[in-house]
Amino acid sequence: MTNEKQNARAYWKENLKYLVILLSIWFAVSYGAGILLKEVLNKVHLGGFKLGFWFAQQGSIFVFVILIFVYVYLMNKLDKKYGYDKD
Amino acid sequence: MNDVQVWTYILVLLSFGLYIGIALWSRAGSTKEFYVAGGGVSPLANGMATAADWMSAASFISMAGILSLNGYDGAVYLMGWTGGYVLLALLLAPYLRKFGKFTVPDFIGERYYSKTARIVAVICAVIVSFTYVAGQMRGVGIVFSRYLEVDIETGVIIGMVIVLFYAVLGGMKGITYTQVAQYCVLIFAFMVPAIFISMQMTGNPIPQLGFGSTLIDGSGTYLLDRLDGLSEELGFVAYTDGSKSVIDVFSITLALMVGTAGLPHVIVRFFTVKRVRDARKSAGLALLFIAILYTTAPAVAVFARTNLLQTVNGKPYAEMPQWFKNWETTGLIGHTDTNGDGLIQYNANPKMNELQLDPDIMVLANPEIADLPAWVIGLIAAGGLAAALSTAAGLLLVISSSVSHDLIKNVFNPDLSEKGELWAARLSAAVAVIIAGYFGINPPGFVAAVVALAFGLAAASFFPAIVLGIFYKKMNSKGAVTGMIVGISLMLFYMLKFKFGLFDGGKAAIAGLKEKWWFGISPEGFGTIAMLVNFVIALVVNRFTEDPPEAVQDMVEHIRIPSGAGEATSH
Repeated sequence: MTNEKQNARAYWKENLKYLVILLSIWFAVSYGAGILLKEVLNKVHLGGFKLGFWFAQQGSIFVFVILIFVYVYLMNKLDKKYGYDKD
Repeated sequence: MNDVQVWTYILVLLSFGLYIGIALWSRAGSTKEFYVAGGGVSPLANGMATAADWMSAASFISMAGILSLNGYDGAVYLMGWTGGYVLLALLLAPYLRKFGKFTVPDFIGERYYSKTARIVAVICAVIVSFTYVAGQMRGVGIVFSRYLEVDIETGVIIGMVIVLFYAVLGGMKGITYTQVAQYCVLIFAFMVPAIFISMQMTGNPIPQLGFGSTLIDGSGTYLLDRLDGLSEELGFVAYTDGSKSVIDVFSITLALMVGTAGLPHVIVRFFTVKRVRDARKSAGLALLFIAILYTTAPAVAVFARTNLLQTVNGKPYAEMPQWFKNWETTGLIGHTDTNGDGLIQYNANPKMNELQLDPDIMVLANPEIADLPAWVIGLIAAGGLAAALSTAAGLLLVISSSVSHDLIKNVFNPDLSEKGELWAARLSAAVAVIIAGYFGINPPGFVAAVVALAFGLAAASFFPAIVLGIFYKKMNSKGAVTGMIVGISLMLFYMLKFKFGLFDGGKAAIAGLKEKWWFGISPEGFGTIAMLVNFVIALVVNRFTEDPPEAVQDMVEHIRIPSGAGEATSH
């Protein structure tokens, strides 16, 4: 296997690792906190919000935005590491 | 003419003038400009354009109302219509940008090296987009009819003329820059009344915080606790509890998320930026711009519902404020005094209830309910039109490019010149506008219901084919095509059976069919099942048929690497 191919494989593997981590968080805040664990979390209050309700109608959306920007940051770094940052 | 109408005319005309000006300035001169705005849009502009493209009449007009009638259950729309961007940014946008063609069927056609795959993708794209665009034209009609006092038909026709003008002339280039302007108009129009009302009710100018604050009336009660209490008093479930089953909430949310990521008019927006990293960044910016509205809407829903319950319930009909009478004439709110006591009873029990509400009224009448100045009311009209027009234009472009690029150029007449293709694109955009207008005047259902189903269709068809195409190198044509056909057919069948009662005696039968939902999942959530079926069938068929050619596997490796994207090209 050529160097270039190995490089591409290693890049792809790290990329997949990021995807798994970020998508787990994506799942946890929306389907986890906002839907499946909602009843439990609702026993906790955050100001006037029940926590499960807050995750479902506010919190998960904030986390989604943050997740994409973290992804952008991680991938830009990864591109540089593997020399894929040139156009 | 009263104050409100004067302001509405001024603001609507100003915003239309702006859109037409932008259209004239950004005419498309080549197919590349027509399909992907020349491929040099900045991430910021693309983020705003995507947000406007994405947020439709349903987001702007209907969503807060649906939230306020459904309480917690409304979360399916909030999470479903935002979470899809995470999938889009992480799983699709960068790779499709690297692939660098003009349309979604382009990708499907080349990745699955077959004309059949391309044609199936075109058909799916057209079905999804028409389902969606019909709702948008209706939205335009509703806003016009309410605020400018023309009938819905005339409103739809005015909207058609405007969209025709800038979509046909400017293509993606014209649409992109008008969408940037439309985002600014719609977000301003949504936020101003929200901030006013948040101040009035909780003293906090930030709606996202006011939502969880105490009421300003000195009682020290939290707003949400008050609303929970009021709801239960009238026999509704507590606002923060909801009444859908967990499995249905889960399925609808997933169908909407995956559908979002699979919507062709959203995906093509990422073909318009220069580099792969711009595609990632603009997905983040798009979601940020969308989240401003999507985190405000649930707050507006709570303000509006609390306000409505306190103003209307148990009060004499004769003493209702002017807005109640105004909106009664549009049929969005109504009172039948069944017990003849002259009071308005609002109740969960249909036998005792005397108030008829259309969810759209929550946003449309909100400024009047909260007694806001006339210019704010005019602003809502301009914002609603911006939301509906921007989405309609994006969808029409997908339809026209599917026809002119994917069908005419790539299937029927490969010798077509660049100029000929540009004219074919313009012509098919014009035809699409007229068909959409027809659906707007003779709508198949109410706005949000139809829109929600477009997501199921996108989830059931495109998402698996694209994701497998990128993440599974050995995925072959037969598997992907079978998956798409089975997925979208299953979704269409379920939708026609349970949403339109087609096989069981029409609309009257729909309510009774609820018991027969598969796994207890509603038509809105069924996209999740259809998508899973698509995945499974695609993989099984793939297992028993030959691997894709070497060249295609190399192409997959090529799109996984971000550098060397170049500009979007036709071939």
